[in-house]
Formats: sequence, structure tokens, C-alpha cells
Amino acid sequence: MLRTALATLLSHWRRHPGQLVTLLAGLALATALWSGVQAINAEARSSYAEAAAALGQDRLARLVAPDGGPVPLAEHVALRRAGHAVSPVISGELRDGAARLRLFGLDLLTAPPDAGGPALGGEGIDLAAFFTAPGVLLMSPATQAGPLPPDLPPVLVRDGIPPGVAYTDIGTAARLLGQADPSFLLVAPDQPAHLPPLAEATGLRLVPPGDDSGVARLTDSFHLNLTAFGLLSFAVGLFIVHAAIGLAFEQRRATMRTLRALGLPLRTLLLAFGLELAALAILAGLAGLALGYAIAAALMPGVAGTLRGLYGAEVAGGLSFDPRWALAGLAMTLAGAGLAGAQALRRTARLPILAPAQPRAWAQASARAMRLQAAAAGVLAAAALGLALWGGSLVTGFATLAALLLGAALALPALLGLSLRLAARGARGALAEWLFADTRQQLPGLSLALMALLLALAANIGVSTMVGSFRGTFLGWLDQRLAAELYLTATDVDEAARLQAWLAPRAEAVLPIVRAEATLAGRLGAVYGQADHATFRENWPLIAAEAGAWDRLAAGAGVLVNEQLFRFGDLALGEPLRLAPGLTLPVVGVYSDYGNPMAQAIVTLPVFAATWPEVAATRFALRVPPDQAAALATALREDFGLPADAVVNQAQIKRFSLEVFEQTFRVTGALNILTLGVAAVALLTSLTTLAGLRLPQLAPVWALGLTRGRLAVLELLRSVVLAALTFALALPVGLVLAWVLLAVVNVEAFGWRLPMQLFPADWLRLLALALIAALLAAALPALRLWRMAPTTLLKVFAHER
Amino acid sequence: MTEFLQITDVTKAHGTLEVLRGVSLALDRGEALALTGESGSGKSTLMHLAAALDAPDSGEIRIGGQSLGALDDAGRAAVRRGRIGLVFQQFNLVPSLTVAQNIAFQARLAGRHDPRLCAELVGRLGLSGLEARYPEALSGGQQQRVAIARALAHRPELILADEPTGNLDEATGDAVLALLLELVAETGAALMMVTHSTRLAARLGRRLHLSRGRLGAPDAA
Repeated sequence: MLRTALATLLSHWRRHPGQLVTLLAGLALATALWSGVQAINAEARSSYAEAAAALGQDRLARLVAPDGGPVPLAEHVALRRAGHAVSPVISGELRDGAARLRLFGLDLLTAPPDAGGPALGGEGIDLAAFFTAPGVLLMSPATQAGPLPPDLPPVLVRDGIPPGVAYTDIGTAARLLGQADPSFLLVAPDQPAHLPPLAEATGLRLVPPGDDSGVARLTDSFHLNLTAFGLLSFAVGLFIVHAAIGLAFEQRRATMRTLRALGLPLRTLLLAFGLELAALAILAGLAGLALGYAIAAALMPGVAGTLRGLYGAEVAGGLSFDPRWALAGLAMTLAGAGLAGAQALRRTARLPILAPAQPRAWAQASARAMRLQAAAAGVLAAAALGLALWGGSLVTGFATLAALLLGAALALPALLGLSLRLAARGARGALAEWLFADTRQQLPGLSLALMALLLALAANIGVSTMVGSFRGTFLGWLDQRLAAELYLTATDVDEAARLQAWLAPRAEAVLPIVRAEATLAGRLGAVYGQADHATFRENWPLIAAEAGAWDRLAAGAGVLVNEQLFRFGDLALGEPLRLAPGLTLPVVGVYSDYGNPMAQAIVTLPVFAATWPEVAATRFALRVPPDQAAALATALREDFGLPADAVVNQAQIKRFSLEVFEQTFRVTGALNILTLGVAAVALLTSLTTLAGLRLPQLAPVWALGLTRGRLAVLELLRSVVLAALTFALALPVGLVLAWVLLAVVNVEAFGWRLPMQLFPADWLRLLALALIAALLAAALPALRLWRMAPTTLLKVFAHER
Repeated sequence: MTEFLQITDVTKAHGTLEVLRGVSLALDRGEALALTGESGSGKSTLMHLAAALDAPDSGEIRIGGQSLGALDDAGRAAVRRGRIGLVFQQFNLVPSLTVAQNIAFQARLAGRHDPRLCAELVGRLGLSGLEARYPEALSGGQQQRVAIARALAHRPELILADEPTGNLDEATGDAVLALLLELVAETGAALMMVTHSTRLAARLGRRLHLSRGRLGAPDAA
């Protein structure tokens, strides 16, 4: 019996292959976007987990200096002599342009086994080579393939080492990083029983295992963002599925009634319906997973770029296949299909055997339902407002976004109905009157697709306003930061000296750029030495400063810090900041520093030279009259035989920075376009669905003297009007969305507050896109109507019951 | 004298099924013709051809001397809009428009809207007080009266009614038909009505019977 019922239900799809394709495509698209995002997140998280597990940081406690600086060697020696099982590690970063490598120098003789360092005598490591200069670096194949700083010791490739990380002997690391004292001490889990606890035995700070999830914590917001986008796309895809299942249910209502009348138990009918849905979901889910994997693989390099650019997190650019991901994706598809089909199942369960067929019943949402939706929208809007004003955390920020989007979607049918009612009042002529009245009647059938369009448009406006504001601020900031006309890099100190002498009579100013790595407020960062010059005083973008900040900096009585260090280090103006052993200065100003994940501080040149005498200036910013910059650059290259990239002008650096920026937001852009595409498909599905059901309403109007061509044009016009009205609502929703992203989510996630900028030209482009999408979605049903044989329309009259 | 509606030797097939086989008839203004026949005899097809809703395979149909075959889609739509009033068994009102809007709809499309005539039709057809309602809120009889008002509101020269009382009970059907005949007689339009019922057909001035696609006298049935 079940088999017969199932076969009867399935026979519907043979006669409606287009509908089957729509249903499968909707489900596959929803699965693809969701599972694609999940694949990206899983890959990134596994990279973070590897990084967190580096040197057993997830399992081993560490001792660090209370001020965040290196641990004095004497402290280490004292602890060892007392019998404590601690092992020194020197860590730091080697950088050269875009090439970066995080180095961990271990003392393999004392490192606890849990540290996961290379085993002595195993893995084909030549011990002599490992312990003696130039040493050996161990890194993963992916790290070895990437850009690496020059002049590294020989490399041995080993799996299981986090991306962007190399292990080496502590002596090699000390030499490469120019640091003698350990960065921290690893603590073995089993300490001798007779000794006092470490916390009492030393003044060093004991960091428990796994307490260094900075990257994971920082990037959580980014992944939450991606997940939100994935969920949004999934929801938009489900609108398509809901429309297709709803139509199939209505078209099979009579069949189901007949099956019931012929003696099929309701339970068997429901089971057959459920099995059919599950089979379709699995089929579409598998296709969606394949598509999702392809999307994730295509987006992964962009995501890796984003994570590196915004957070300094190293993520492999490739993608591996995880069966758990596939199973979770399929489960999500099944759950989504169940959700989308729940209404049809409920209606099947309540289907009276003898009720007359009402093919349009599903499209006729009651006024009560619309009122309830509007009331729910009001509650959600109030919740969004409350959360935005009083929330103040990342979670409440995203809750605000969810309440805002859901509220707007629920309010849409009521607002569209109101707009159409108002428009109908001003309509002149029978056709216009009919068009508005008929459109209003179509709203229940179209509202789901229009909600999907609203969500896609609002997300698009919100995210592009956020990115655009970011871009505008970033460009303005670049203009301020890159005030010098030329930037020069010498190969060594001698050449630097010769260049300075040569430039003295030719340039208005030669400003050295010197930099030293440092741990600032517990974070890896850099200290820059800066000359006291009008270039900086006039252009440097300070966002907060004490009175006379520049004078105090010049006098060596203060330090400037970037916004990241200021926010994450929880600093205050005037608060002393330790920059190096023996150098602690009060914070006198904060500058914006977009796109840099590192903590950064600036001291005046004499202070820098006194603290880091070994660092000599090989990079310089040159001030010259702008019209002489090109000639001077050419002269420098020709007279000193400098390579092209040793002398770069402002424009080149800006272009490079902008490229990094664009790469950073490529993923967001791609997801934006995909979501809009899915919304257009949802609209097409709904319009195609309604087109079949609307013939009984269109045929009389045709019979009363309208041509099919005119009716088709009116159908196109209706779709465009609805898309335009939806856009009109999406615009304010999108702008509020952008505000929440910039003022709440961004501050919590990135540590920067950006001014919101508006881009009306982008809105016009998006409106045009929305109208084109609506026209394309309506084109097929309209074309069908235009070409429809009169006999098909006459069937409406012939089918009279 | 030339009759207002002239159908000459018309044939029509749906696929391999020949529905009309050389049908000819003529109808003048002020005449009321009942077209009877069994199910599948081609009554509705002939009605649709006369209403310029479909085109014959061969033969000619003229309305007011104008050959429908010479018209394109827009021309046929203009004939439907301006010269013909249609009444369907299923009423086929526009569900999104009110009673008043439905009655005026075709007249406004034809550019011949006369509010006084509409008001008069509302009164004559017993629809007073229902003007602001939507079709779904009306009974079958009320809906058919709205359809009749719509078919008359633009002063058509030809009224084509396909089983106009087929969905109504006998008493309501009789009342609706009486009103239709009365109004048609007053306007001087030609009326062709398709019906199964010989009882209703007997109330019209002229009767023709369609059987297997050919016309004959009513007693041939």
C-alpha cells in the first residue's frame, strides 16, 4: 500500500519536471551555501586548533614575565636549580615584506614530551645539524611552499606543524631573532612533589594550558559573520523549497483526496509524503554538498587572505574533505526540507476527504495572519532597538541583526499591501486599478519570495555600506599615513649611509624608519622610532591624544600606540606602557592603524636608538617636492643601481595596500552576490508557481478584451513594481544593518569604530540589479502567457465545474 | 439585409477530433437565439469562436460586417472589448475588484463608462448595497447578476452567454434569465445563449440544436 501511495505521489514529478528541478535546485543551493561556509569555518578552525596546539600550548602551562617581556635567563636558571621541570622557549616572528614566519626555539633536552616538538634521534633529524649553526627549521609542507623570509637555515618538512610556524633549536632561534632571554618557560605537568608550587616559587606569571586562544577568540566574530551569511543564504534557499513543495501539494490535493477516499490510511499517506521529501532532500543534499565544496574551495584563498589581513591568523589556503562535514550538511538539508514541507504535511494531515478542491487556497493568506505577522514584526523591531542601544556585546550585536532582518521580513507583506492600497487610490483607469488590486491579492503567494529578496537586498546594502565605509576611511587614513613622496630601502647599513649623504642636498627631509619587535601589553608587536618632523605632526592620524602629545613624544617623555593595542591592551591615556627592559613610557596618543593585526607603538628616534642600538636605519621616507619625486627615484635607481622595488612612491604603496584590502573583502562580496542570486531564483520559482494558478484570473480579463501581449507586459510591470517597493523597504533596513555592523559588531570584533559613509550610487546600481532580477524572474512566465494558445486560456472556461 | 452576426461554413478541430463541421448561422440585432446540444457537441467551441476568443480552422465569422479572420490579436481583443458582452457559467468575475469595479470594468476598458447606466443596472439587478463587496462575499445568483451587469454596462451589440444559469438553482436561474432577456430586449442587442435546458431554450425567440458538430432544428435532437 505504501509503495502504491509513494508511486502515485512520485508520478506527479514525471509530469512536472520543471517543478522537480526547481525544488532540487532550491534545496541544493541552500545546502551548497550553508555547507560551503561550514567547510570554510571548519578548515579555519582546524588551523587555529593546530596553532593553539603548537608546543602543547593547549595542554601545557607556561610561565611568562608579568610585564609581557622576555623571561630573564636568571629566573629560568634559578627554577631549574631548584628542581622545577621547566623548559625555555624563544619565540618571535621573522618578517620580510609579505613573507612571515613564526619561530619557536626549543630546548629539546628539557622540553616536556607533551610539547610535541621533534623527537630527538627520530624522524631522520641530524642532531649535529639541528644543534649547531646554521641549524635546521622544521615546518609543514604548506608553510614551506608559501613565501618565506630570506636567509633561513636549511628546512626539514614535517606534517602536523601549524601553518606559518617553524620549530628549531633554541640557539638557532636566539640567533635568528636576536633575543637571548626566553620568551616563556614551558611547565611540565608533573612537578617534583617536594617543591613549593610554581606560583609561589617565582615572580613569573603562570598561564594555564589553553589560555592563549587569542586568534580563535578574535576570529570567532568573523566566523560568526560567515555563519550568519550561510544561514541567511540557507533561509533564502528554503523559501524556494517551500514554494515548490507548496505548489506540488496544491496540485496533488485532489490526488491525495482520491487516495484517501479509496481507503489509504492517513498515516500511510503522511509516511509516503515524508519518504518522498526525504528522498528528494538526500538527492538535492548530495548535489548541494558537491557544489558547496566547490564554492568553499574557490573562496578559501580569499578567506585565508581575510584572516591574515584582519587578524594575522595563519590559515592554509587549501581545503580538506571531512566526512563529518558532509553528514552535518545532509542533516541540515533534511531538517530544512522538513521545515519547508511542514506546512504541506500539516495540511495533508488535516485534509478533509470530501471538501471541494480549492487550488488557490494556499495563496490566500488570511488578513489575520498578516496582522499577526505585522505585530510580530513590531515586537522584533522594538527588540532590535533595545539590543542595539543597551546590548554592548558581540552576541547582542548579532541578535540585533537577526531581530532587525526577521522583523523587516515579517513586516514586508503588510507594508507592501499598504503601499499598493495607497497607489490604487491614485490610480487612473480600469487597468491600473485592476493591476494594483490584483497585485495586492497576489501578495500572500509572493510574500515569501519577496521576503527572500528583501533579506538579500538589505544584507547587500548593509554589508556593502560597511565595506565601503571601511574602504573610504582606509583610503583617507592611507593618505594621512603615507605623507612622504618616496620610500627608500637600502640593502645594508653602509649603503644606507651613502644614500643619506647623497640625499641630504637633494631631498627636503630624509626620515629614517626603524623598527624592533617587542611584546606590548602581552601581545606580539613592534616599536617604531620616528623623527620629530612636521610630516608626522601634521599628518599622523591621531584619534585620541593628551595635550602636547607631539612635544612629549619628541622630548622622549611619551609613546604613541595604535588603536588595536589601545583597545585590546585596555590602555588609557597617560598609562605607563612597558616597551623594553628599562623603557616604560606613558601613552600620550592613539592613532588609527587599519588592516594591521599587530600591536604597535611609536617612540622618538633618540629613545629608539638608545634602547635598540643594534637596529640601524635602512629604510627612509623622503620628502621632496611632488613634481621632483619621479626624477629623484630614477636618479636613485641609476646612480646606486638600486632594484626597482627599493624605491617606491606613495601611489605604489597605496595600490598595494588597496589590493590587500580588496582581497580581504572578496569573500563578503562573493557571498553577497550568491545570496542575491538565490533570492532571484526564489522570485522566479514563486512567479512560475503563481503563473499556473493565476490563469483563472487572467483568462476573464483577456476575454473582456485585453491582448495576451498586454497582459504579459502588465505581469512584468507588476514584478518590477513589487521589486522596487521591496527595495524601498530594504534600503532603510540595510542602512540600519550597516550601522549595527559598524557601531556594534565591528567595535567588538576588530577593535575599530568607523564613521558610516553613504553610497547612493551603489544603491542605484543595486536597485537596477533588483529590477533586472525581477524582470528576468517574471520574463519566463510572462513569455509563456504571451505565447499561450487561446485554447489554453479557453480551458479555464471549459473546465467550469 | 445583412445580419449582425454571420457564421459561414465554420469548421474547428481539437487535434484529430472534429468539433464543428461546416456550421453556418446568422443572428440579427434584437434577436435571441438559444443554442442547445449534448455535452461535447461543440456548443462552447462555437460560442468561443463567435466571441473572437479563438479562430476557426476554416469558414468565416463576421460581426457587424467585419470579418474576424482579417483581424490580428489586438483587433480581436478590440472587438471583444467594444462590441461583445460575455456571460460565463462560472461567472468569471475579477476576484480582486469590488462589485462596482467589476460592473464598470469592461466599460472602462472600452472607454465607454457610463456611471448612470451602471447605477441603473445595479438597481435593476438587485445589487444595491453590495457595490463595495468582493465577489467571494456574494452568492452564486448575485455573482451571475454582477456578470450580467458587466456584460451590459458597455452597451454591447452582441451578448454571448454560455450556460448562464448552469450553476444556479432553478428558481434563481429563471429569475436571472428573465432579467437578462428583459435587459437585452431593451438594449436591442443580439443574444446567443448556450444551454442544456430545453425548458430555458423555449423562452428564447429562436432555437438551434448542435449535434456532433452540425446544426439542426431543435426537434432533431
